[in-house]
Amino acid sequence: MTTEVTNAPDKAVQGAFNPQSTAVSDQLPGHYPPPSATFEATTISAQVAPSSTGDAGLPPETLIDMYRHLALARALDERMWQLNRSGTAAFIVSGQGHEGAQVGAGFALERGIDFLLPYYRDLALSLVFGLSATDVMMAALARAPDPTSGGRQMPAHYGSARLNIITSSSPVATQIPHAVGIAYAARMRKTGAVAIACFGEGGSSKGDFHESCNFAAIHKLPVIFFCENNNYAISVPVEEQVSIEHVADRAAAYGFPGVVVDGTDVLAVYQVIKDAAERARKGEGPTLVEAKVYRFQPHTSDDDDRTYRDPDEVKAWRARDPLAQFEARLRDLGVLDDEQVARIRSDINREVDHATDAAEQAPYPDSSTFDRHVYADR
Amino acid sequence: MAQLQDQVTMAPATAVAEREDAPQKSFIDAIHDTLADEMRADDRIVLLGEDVGRRGGVFRVTAGLLDEFGPERVIDTPLAESCIIGSAIGMALNGLRPIAEIQFLDFIHSAMDQIMSEAAKIRYRSNNDFACPLVIRVPFGGGVHGALYHSQSIEAMFVHTPGLRVLAPAFPADAAGLLRAAIRGDDPVLFLEHKKMYRAIKGPVPTGDFEAPIGKARVVQEGTDVTIIAYGMMVHEALKAVSVVAEETGVSVELIDLRSLKPLDEDCLVQSAKKTGKVLVVTEANEACSVASEVAATVGEEAFAYLDAPVMRLAAPDVPAMPFSPPLEHAFLVDAEKIGAALRRLISY
Amino acid sequence: MPTGTLTTIAMPQLGESVVEGMVGTWLKQVGDRIEKYDSLVELETDKASAELPAPVSGVLVEIMVEPGTTVAVGAGLCRIQEAGAVSDEPAMPEHAPVRPSNGNGAYADPVRAPSMARVHGEEIPDEATVLRARSSPVVRRIAEEHGIEIGSVEGTGTGGRVTKRDILAYVADHVEQSVNETLRREPAALPSIEPVPRTAVTVYPGDDVIPVSAMRRSIAEHMVRSERTAPHATVVMEVDMTGAVAWRTSRKEEFRRREGVDLTYLSLVMKSVTLALRDHPRLNAVWDEERIIHRKSINIGVAVALEDGLVVPVIRNADRFSVAGLAIALAEAAEKARSGGFAPDDLAGGTFTLNNPGTFGSLVSTPILVQPQVAILSTEAIIKRPVVVDDMIGIRSMMNLSLSIDHRALDGLAAARFLQQVRAWLEDVSDNLPLY
Repeated sequence: MTTEVTNAPDKAVQGAFNPQSTAVSDQLPGHYPPPSATFEATTISAQVAPSSTGDAGLPPETLIDMYRHLALARALDERMWQLNRSGTAAFIVSGQGHEGAQVGAGFALERGIDFLLPYYRDLALSLVFGLSATDVMMAALARAPDPTSGGRQMPAHYGSARLNIITSSSPVATQIPHAVGIAYAARMRKTGAVAIACFGEGGSSKGDFHESCNFAAIHKLPVIFFCENNNYAISVPVEEQVSIEHVADRAAAYGFPGVVVDGTDVLAVYQVIKDAAERARKGEGPTLVEAKVYRFQPHTSDDDDRTYRDPDEVKAWRARDPLAQFEARLRDLGVLDDEQVARIRSDINREVDHATDAAEQAPYPDSSTFDRHVYADR
Repeated sequence: MAQLQDQVTMAPATAVAEREDAPQKSFIDAIHDTLADEMRADDRIVLLGEDVGRRGGVFRVTAGLLDEFGPERVIDTPLAESCIIGSAIGMALNGLRPIAEIQFLDFIHSAMDQIMSEAAKIRYRSNNDFACPLVIRVPFGGGVHGALYHSQSIEAMFVHTPGLRVLAPAFPADAAGLLRAAIRGDDPVLFLEHKKMYRAIKGPVPTGDFEAPIGKARVVQEGTDVTIIAYGMMVHEALKAVSVVAEETGVSVELIDLRSLKPLDEDCLVQSAKKTGKVLVVTEANEACSVASEVAATVGEEAFAYLDAPVMRLAAPDVPAMPFSPPLEHAFLVDAEKIGAALRRLISY
Repeated sequence: MPTGTLTTIAMPQLGESVVEGMVGTWLKQVGDRIEKYDSLVELETDKASAELPAPVSGVLVEIMVEPGTTVAVGAGLCRIQEAGAVSDEPAMPEHAPVRPSNGNGAYADPVRAPSMARVHGEEIPDEATVLRARSSPVVRRIAEEHGIEIGSVEGTGTGGRVTKRDILAYVADHVEQSVNETLRREPAALPSIEPVPRTAVTVYPGDDVIPVSAMRRSIAEHMVRSERTAPHATVVMEVDMTGAVAWRTSRKEEFRRREGVDLTYLSLVMKSVTLALRDHPRLNAVWDEERIIHRKSINIGVAVALEDGLVVPVIRNADRFSVAGLAIALAEAAEKARSGGFAPDDLAGGTFTLNNPGTFGSLVSTPILVQPQVAILSTEAIIKRPVVVDDMIGIRSMMNLSLSIDHRALDGLAAARFLQQVRAWLEDVSDNLPLY
């Protein structure tokens, strides 16, 4: 079901990409090749999570459930691109490439207890926390039944009080201090909840990130800072965004652990977040987890990434597609076979079609409601 | 950062007549006592801000509260305004009733994103799925030799932002009543405390559980010839000016204390303008796009047919902020003398 | 989804501010079966390139744009015939673009430039001049309410402008003068009052639309003002006119011969009224807010009906006339009314008004006061009726008197006493009553 966006190579841009010789493989001329299995050579203080092997102790039903979420996130994402290119969905944000890390992280947390503070690329995480395909489509098409905002916000501004997904906005990293406050309240009220704040490496440049790390560390708050580093903040490459190689190394400056993990390895991320959540619940404080991922699509439907990245780089990372990798793992484990995969995929296609149809037929919000809910009493 | 408390000048006490039977309290005690009462009654309330705990606040508004309620409910935060407000928002989103303090309104800029983009919009953007019951207490205003960065009166920016409530009481009873209403309400409130009034203004404060209504102005005195609309310290300066000018000219002045900047009590202001036909709006903030400008535009629009003179504003000049040296500060500051002069001009129009 | 629909697929907007795009290679050919979401064609804009997915399933029946051609957003690219009979009817594309236009787009309201026309070429008067002439909104409003010209008021405000205080003081000083002036003016010239909001009236075919004459308008204005300012109360009493009828019958022929005019019952009533008014000055009065002015002169206005209207000539000092004199005066007034020969003084200065609807058969009426008088009397028809007299049934000529009063100035008791006196005199009319 993968749709490849045809990016006609721009000759003028190609010349700008000089492959760095630090690349592990000479066959991959991209600027940011996929990570090699280990980062020990380059981290300062952050731990490096080992690659996963086997099933990470998870039963087949859970593994299949994870796979389902991965596939659904991918299918929804692709469908939204189609809707955008056909002029139906005005604006969409893609998370293709991030799904593995997000599904791994989401499954390591307690749905219904823990809090998700997503950013706009966290489609898969939001699905794991309980948002449905129909919910996502309602938001994408700005229809009244959209549970995240009733059509008031742009798509990809996930939120649902019922699902403990905290309403999100467009300014970057403002959600990180919220996670800290939520964690503080959770501890004070003794609910045992953990808050996970998600952001890109661009978000880790914001003052709010640093202020939050500091505050959470001082009070040993049950919060996980989850950085999905995909090497680009729109077009700004990571070495112009972050002064060091690994965002996770920043944790040491605040006195708590940082962990780097291969974000394409679902079960590796799962394990790291599980450990971080356990630390948090025990009162040992925050953890900064940096998942190395890649963004297969442009930043949003309004972005054209041909101007700042080499399509060969994209191709190289697609070879490490978390969805394909996880499917391969599950087949290896004997948890999935062709028939199951086909059935899951056709189920998902049906689910996505159903969600799209429902959203297309749903009404727009009544214009007379536009000024409601500014205050508690109106 | 300069600790200002040693430089605050104690102005002579000004008694304000009110409900004569209620006990007299200073402005600062009215706030402190209300905080303590509310925290006793509701253990979801958490105070956070720089120096609010151990120090009891640089003006000592929160003195003694750390001892009574403990460090989990009275938090000395790091020097990080955005995080103060951001984490307070998080607390509000997860069942607490936080009261955050920004040490001076002059330092609130770092927290603007959290206040404007987040707190003000959370209910609206989530279509009422989430609320943000947050009180942000901030000392503001000048006339205490605070200079450029300890005297600012920049409330207009918040009045401009839908989703926020903005309160600026001038009397201790209102400080107590409005603070209580803000704490118990479910909207984000900017609660502005004029730092010059903390110890200079005393007044009767009813005992017990009372709230002042948000969105209603206070008619400090009734009159028939001219209406003066003011808030904060300017209410007290106006009172001084009015007593002098009234004695000279016999003018009958109606003085209105806005006390709620957002929402404005438009009905009260317009009714008064219709009655007197002459209106002077006073603010110590810079004039352009000030709260006074908003009031003047509203009154002009709604009471046009009844006006006997253009609606006048009196505000600080277009100078970045209040200078330090006394003659410079005096030139900048709106005071009783300048209000009196404006009043005389308006009477004779 | 209706079967047989022909759907036109349009060029989508592939990014904000994109207005056109180039069609690349067609990935499907005419005649191909298309499933929803199949890629149809490659599109290129300067923002992005994409494959266009089909919004519906069906058969591709027409390709409208050749590869390499650039078309505007919204232009048709191809047509898909959905399952069912071939139809010639083109349908709207299924997915209308929902992207809100930004900047200069479709939602901009026509900008209305402030009307500067009157400023071009005309001199803008200076503020002091404008202020002196027009002052302030509240002063203008007060001036208009009282019909005062601002220029005639002394101003103590800035640049000599008239302040609210100035004009209110002026109004207070001139109240007495304005009341006196009102009495002297013709009824038609009285200032009109605030119109009541009109409800729209539809004209149907066959209706006759009659324009309102000046007299009608002035009557209308007076009546409205009278009703709206004075609370009217009406007292009705029956009068036994049998004696008066006999008296008149015995004298009318001779009177006619001598004077050339009719001896009317109205003159008798008028005589009684003038005598009663001498004893009841309260009904010969004028209401003036803070005071009631009992008029010395008794000037009786008499309502005279015209073809389309009425006029109220005043007989001044009516109490000095005999019945005959009143009859002659009445006749003259009626004649002038019909010929339209009234001087302003003929119509002004009334202190009490008589109305005579009895002539047309009225039994009871509720007359409307002539402002600023406080009383008006209607004489109704004289009808022979069986009544109880001395505990026996007798046939008597009965006439109702309907008296309307201004209930601000008068109460029922005063009205009733006056009316009783009028009645008593009329019922006492006997052969002894002198004609002259």
